[in-house]
Amino acid sequence: MFDALTDKLQGVFSGLRGRGKLTESDIDQAMRAIRLSLLEADVSLPVVKQLTTAIAERAKGAEVMESLTPDQQVVKIVSDELTSLMGEANVALPLASKPPTIVLMAGLQGSGKTTCAAKLARHFHSQGRAPMLVACDVHRPAAAEQLAVLGEQIGVPVHREDGTDAPAIARRGVEAARKGGRDLVIVDTAGRLSIDEEMMAELARVRDAVDPTSVVLVLDAMTGQTAVEVAGAFAEAVHVDGVALTKLDGDARGGAALSVRAVTGLPILFVGTGEKLDALEPFHPDRMASRILGMGDVLSLVEKAQATVEIGDAKALEKKIRGGSLTLEDFLEQMAQVRKMGPMSQVLGMIPGFRSVAKAKDVEVDDRQLDRIEAIIHSMTPSERRHPEIINGSRRRRIASGSGTSVQEVNQLLSQFKQMRKLMKQMGRGGLPAMFGSPT
Amino acid sequence: MTPAGEDRQAWGELFELAPPETEDEAPARRGLFRRLRENLTTPRQTISPQLAGIFAPKLLTPATWEELEDALISADVGVETTLDLVEELRGEAEQGRIASGADLSRALWEAVAAHMATEPARIPLTGSPTVILIVGVNGSGKTTTVGKLAYRLAELDQKVVIGAADTFRAAAIDQLAVWAERSGAHFVRQSQGADPGAVAFDAVASGRARGADVVLIDTAGRLQTQHNLMEELRKVAAVVGKVDPAAPQEVLLVLDATTGQNGLSQARLFDQAADLSGVVLTKADGTARGGIAVAIRRELGIPVKLVGSGERLEDLQPFDARAFARAIFSPEG
Repeated sequence: MFDALTDKLQGVFSGLRGRGKLTESDIDQAMRAIRLSLLEADVSLPVVKQLTTAIAERAKGAEVMESLTPDQQVVKIVSDELTSLMGEANVALPLASKPPTIVLMAGLQGSGKTTCAAKLARHFHSQGRAPMLVACDVHRPAAAEQLAVLGEQIGVPVHREDGTDAPAIARRGVEAARKGGRDLVIVDTAGRLSIDEEMMAELARVRDAVDPTSVVLVLDAMTGQTAVEVAGAFAEAVHVDGVALTKLDGDARGGAALSVRAVTGLPILFVGTGEKLDALEPFHPDRMASRILGMGDVLSLVEKAQATVEIGDAKALEKKIRGGSLTLEDFLEQMAQVRKMGPMSQVLGMIPGFRSVAKAKDVEVDDRQLDRIEAIIHSMTPSERRHPEIINGSRRRRIASGSGTSVQEVNQLLSQFKQMRKLMKQMGRGGLPAMFGSPT
Repeated sequence: MTPAGEDRQAWGELFELAPPETEDEAPARRGLFRRLRENLTTPRQTISPQLAGIFAPKLLTPATWEELEDALISADVGVETTLDLVEELRGEAEQGRIASGADLSRALWEAVAAHMATEPARIPLTGSPTVILIVGVNGSGKTTTVGKLAYRLAELDQKVVIGAADTFRAAAIDQLAVWAERSGAHFVRQSQGADPGAVAFDAVASGRARGADVVLIDTAGRLQTQHNLMEELRKVAAVVGKVDPAAPQEVLLVLDATTGQNGLSQARLFDQAADLSGVVLTKADGTARGGIAVAIRRELGIPVKLVGSGERLEDLQPFDARAFARAIFSPEG
């Protein structure tokens, strides 16, 4: 996969440092590595061709030829070119000047429309808007039921009807939203193949019935070379305004879906990053390039931390850490803060180089290990948490049996904690508190 | 034979419930492949024009091979498998077995077919009951596949139990209940959020008690990188094995044909967790070429057993490698 691009380039360029300068054939070899890597990430073939031409031209220029670290220069160029191809900045979902804003969801079967509709509703609900969901998938059994259950989970009303007339249901759904004073209506539709003319015509009728502010195409990040054609077909049939990229929490690089922006010009508005209904993020092209190149995404991590960690708490914690008075209670809280950001594997995956290190050392990031640590601390008395040094052998046995772990595990945690406290006192400043500190 | 009769015969062969037909060039008659080809004739949606361009010249040039490479990559076959295939064909050309574009056309789809399967797909119903576990990522089409399989088995007078072990997705159980009703299968369910292992256990136990022929178990969609969910899947398979050590006899990965190179990672990790016996390629229409299935077979040795192209019942069919390869890679179909 793309992790390998950096490695591949290093392979191509290794030994150059002694020789000094790159030759044209070195560059050609590098271009081949780049081409293969992009294709392995499902970047669409025409886009790959366009990219490699642009990259080769720049790579033959002075910035690489005279560089001491040509591999890094080339990666930077690839990253730049990818970013410019995907659009430079984040594009927001346009809202109607006169409410309600009407959003129509469309896409292939199984791309994640229903879940994405609920996530969008939750997103706007949490921003103080009054969304409403309309269930217009009259084809898949129990699709309306699924949306109703999700709506209940996020506290957003769902308009649903029996019957098979999707345009009529959509129209009445929007009417109901208007009457109910809702300012955002999200219309979920059935999945359809882009070549199914009958179904595409139905989608067009649904669109005409509700006259949406925008049509969002939901696209699976795992899609291969067909992504561009699918997007083109939907755009032609119903005039798509933007793309929501789903299932990006796996190991798919999403290259094909990203080619969509390059070929059709459709911006990517949102990305889905998990099964939970709050796992929806605005799309940032520059960070996506880093992901494609396996370079991690520090900015998203910092943003996530800032969104989930209370600044005041972080300051107080920082003081404690500096004073060396960190307790297991603080530790527990700290751990909860980090876990609020999402599964550890995902959080750590945003750290540059983590994926390749984890792969090389075969590190499994397991949230259950954290569960055990939490269980151990929860099995301590408040005074034990504040003064871990009082925990003697008999207390250890009690804690172990209380948390369903072993004395060894309790010992391990205590000694790690002791070490950490020592380390943090020495550091004084830096490490976690710097990361969680207020943005200045 | 009527189309319905042909369908039933094909399914009978898949489950080894009817004497296998003598080998002939007939598979192209099947409805799905006919439709695949029809779809493929719409130029915008197909690689056929690309292929037709390659195959048109009387003589092969170095550019032919490059174009062929591009065409295969555009079909999601993947870089490595593509290079292998092209190398193989090139070798044949050097030995004079391929001289013209027409030769190349035939050699290509035959090579793809040979890579995908050496013999027809089979799902023998040898267990009592035979347990078929359906796994895959979110939205690949697991529940629909279970529903259609149940219907086909019922048509062949097989007694079917369906276990709704997707206890995660909202309304997944209701969706499957509709399918169970359509096929008259016995439906084993618990509430949403229940332990999927427990549902699977109940389904197999109930299948045994009722003397069912087949137990189909639907599982929740999960991305292959979600370690805990993959462990859960491992557990479901193990629990099934507790009722009957021979079960599950089949573990089928449902793979969306629009999937790109991530399909390899899916197949690899699902195989590690649940020991796959085959792939169900869904949503294979004219746009989605499903080339990743070629790569999966080549790298992991997991064959495609079923192929589907939509939500209609007749859109799921036993896999026929030659018909599939022709539909996808031969310009004239």
